[in-house]
Amino acid sequence: MMSRVVSALAVALLLSTPIGALDGDTAIHDPSTVIVEDGRYYTFGTGAGIPILASDDGWTWRRVGTVAEGVQGGLPTASVLTRGGQNTWAPDIIRSGDRYFLYYSAPAAQPKAAIGLLIGRTLDPSSPDYGWEDGGPVVWSDGVEDSNAIDPGIFRDPTDGRLWMVYGSYFGYIRLVELDPETGQRRYPDREPINVAINSEASIMIHRDGWYYLLVTHGSCCRGASSTYNIRMGRSRSVTGPFIDNMGVDMLQGGGKLFLGSHGRFIGPGHFGLLDLGDDVQKFSLHYEADLDRGGISVLDIRPLLWRDGWPVAGENLEEGTYQIESARTGTALELAVEGVPVGGPRGRGARGGFGGPPGAGRGAGPGGRGAGPGAPPPPPPAPIPPQTPEQVAGNWPSGPVAVRLSPYMSQAQQKWRFTPVPDAGGYPGSPYFRITIDGTGRTLAATASRELEVVPSFTGAPEQLWRIDQLTDGTYRLMPKAVPGVDEPMALSAVGSSKPTLARFRPEGDRERWVLKRP
Amino acid sequence: MIRYRTIASRLALIAFAGGLAGTSLAAAQAPESRPPAPTLSAPASPSLPADEQGFLRRWLVLEPIPTTGALTQSAVRDLLDRARLPGALTDVPRAGDTVVVGGTDLKWHAVDTSLYNVNLYHFAWALNLPTSNVLFWAVTVVDVPEDLVDVRLAIGSNAASVWWVDGREVIDIYDDRQTVIDDGVSDRLTLAAGRHVILGAVVNGGGATDFCARLLDANDEPITNVRVVDVGQ
Repeated sequence: MMSRVVSALAVALLLSTPIGALDGDTAIHDPSTVIVEDGRYYTFGTGAGIPILASDDGWTWRRVGTVAEGVQGGLPTASVLTRGGQNTWAPDIIRSGDRYFLYYSAPAAQPKAAIGLLIGRTLDPSSPDYGWEDGGPVVWSDGVEDSNAIDPGIFRDPTDGRLWMVYGSYFGYIRLVELDPETGQRRYPDREPINVAINSEASIMIHRDGWYYLLVTHGSCCRGASSTYNIRMGRSRSVTGPFIDNMGVDMLQGGGKLFLGSHGRFIGPGHFGLLDLGDDVQKFSLHYEADLDRGGISVLDIRPLLWRDGWPVAGENLEEGTYQIESARTGTALELAVEGVPVGGPRGRGARGGFGGPPGAGRGAGPGGRGAGPGAPPPPPPAPIPPQTPEQVAGNWPSGPVAVRLSPYMSQAQQKWRFTPVPDAGGYPGSPYFRITIDGTGRTLAATASRELEVVPSFTGAPEQLWRIDQLTDGTYRLMPKAVPGVDEPMALSAVGSSKPTLARFRPEGDRERWVLKRP
Repeated sequence: MIRYRTIASRLALIAFAGGLAGTSLAAAQAPESRPPAPTLSAPASPSLPADEQGFLRRWLVLEPIPTTGALTQSAVRDLLDRARLPGALTDVPRAGDTVVVGGTDLKWHAVDTSLYNVNLYHFAWALNLPTSNVLFWAVTVVDVPEDLVDVRLAIGSNAASVWWVDGREVIDIYDDRQTVIDDGVSDRLTLAAGRHVILGAVVNGGGATDFCARLLDANDEPITNVRVVDVGQ
């Protein structure tokens, strides 16, 4: 694991490199679960003193020093050094009552290691209450046993409030121990840890609908673009396992359904962390071993977490592009309220059966349909109809603000919306704000003071023209203006009727505020 | 082309031909005998509360005005420009009042519907009047017991329709469409306690034609504690 130390140094050297996917300074390795305090997001990573990243919106991140700066005597603490080593890796954090428990890895030569506890009352380094007290070692491995006591993952069982830690890294087992919510230490230190998986690290648990999910990282880290990190999972009806994958293989025998592997120019995803924002918006944090667009350094990312057939699924943050915006409630699509022009020109109600038989031929006149006579010459292949553009049809569009409505999608110009990230306008966990315009125009979707919607002639950057777009756990999207003039509460795009879009409080129990974004 | 006689005052045009109370629609109007509209009847009470789903089930409906059958946005707007009712959009006729359209007297009928919707096909067919390529005007009066904020008018119509509340246009939907509950919905409205006039124009191409209407509260739930008043008595 020495390579991880080298990687951490490399990360430290690259911290000032401008990077992009999340905005700002997102260089990190082995990020902890992202935690929110007073609207500010924090994560902690591997490296000297445990570097801290913070963000005011979950999109633009900055480094705010190290945990060690708030620990008397620095890190690792003397008590933890009695069981582990000098390194400070892979922390995780949870709030318990009015305190935070921050667990960190303190490995020596593998597999001798310890996981130490720090206790703090605030995450804000500028607060007079800021500081971390040593809670001592929690678990450790002696260098001989089948365990490498690093990579803590903390889990509070929502069904009973009990606190658990999974930990371990390749050598031997991933192990489970129960923690005391009052002290952060082991609740039953005399009990043997429970083995729940092998051949993995970066373990953590989540719960949903009566299932406990154990997510781990397989593969190798710390080799840049040659890393093979990938996130896998199993599930159990019991917090103590057994955790079985989708093919019935126990994770104690190396099982694990793939949650997320390398893709595109992102190599080596690992260190899953749940970020539950409520209202059916769940996200997960992770790092990629190498982002090829940022010189191959290890970076933080935050992505939507979806659920399908009882398993978590890695969603994608919305990409810039042109979309149709379809209501999950009604199936109708958002459009500028102007009279549409049929794509390809007006057509009367023609014959069914394809390729438009002669007038009056009726149903089945096309090839293969009823009535196609023997020996009839095959029709010419139909020519593509080019996409409709605003230049072709916008002559009758009013020049000022125009209402919006919902209509059946017909691939018409007033139904195609361009989603464009807005630089330097801030964002939310995982994404920047977007502007939403009729594709090929500057006509911009905006919230109004009456909590309705309109399309204004051009984008000004006003908050009511900036849109937050979160993918919900079922894969649909929630679209929220950054602000609605004169309205304090958050509002979301809503289908109040089949033809009527509006703004309303997000109601996760139904489909009114859920939207499907499709490529036209 | 619809020819609508220009008149200075709606009231000046209306011939008071009496109401329908106690008689079937078909018996009152049809030049040849047809069974009465199975879902419609003449009002028999001073007022009618919205049903448990909030639907307003008592309306005054004008006999159909022939149209070209075009349902596009521009065609419907053009039609309504030429076939607008005389007088104010808040005027409420009485059952049996008539309007002269293209030289023909068209009569207002007060109807209660036994369903959530008003079946205009039933209405016109029972009167032996055209059901396709027609415009129907419909009006009702809703008594609101208390001030209501952030309410919406919600309608469904077959086919295109335009709606006004107290003379202000609040909904317009176009093209060939079937009646879907809460298809067209207004912006948020404030309705003071008292009477409010809801007026609709429904344009049909061919086949079935009907509409439904109700009010929704600030949470998009139906408002059921309102009553239709001053219609048909």
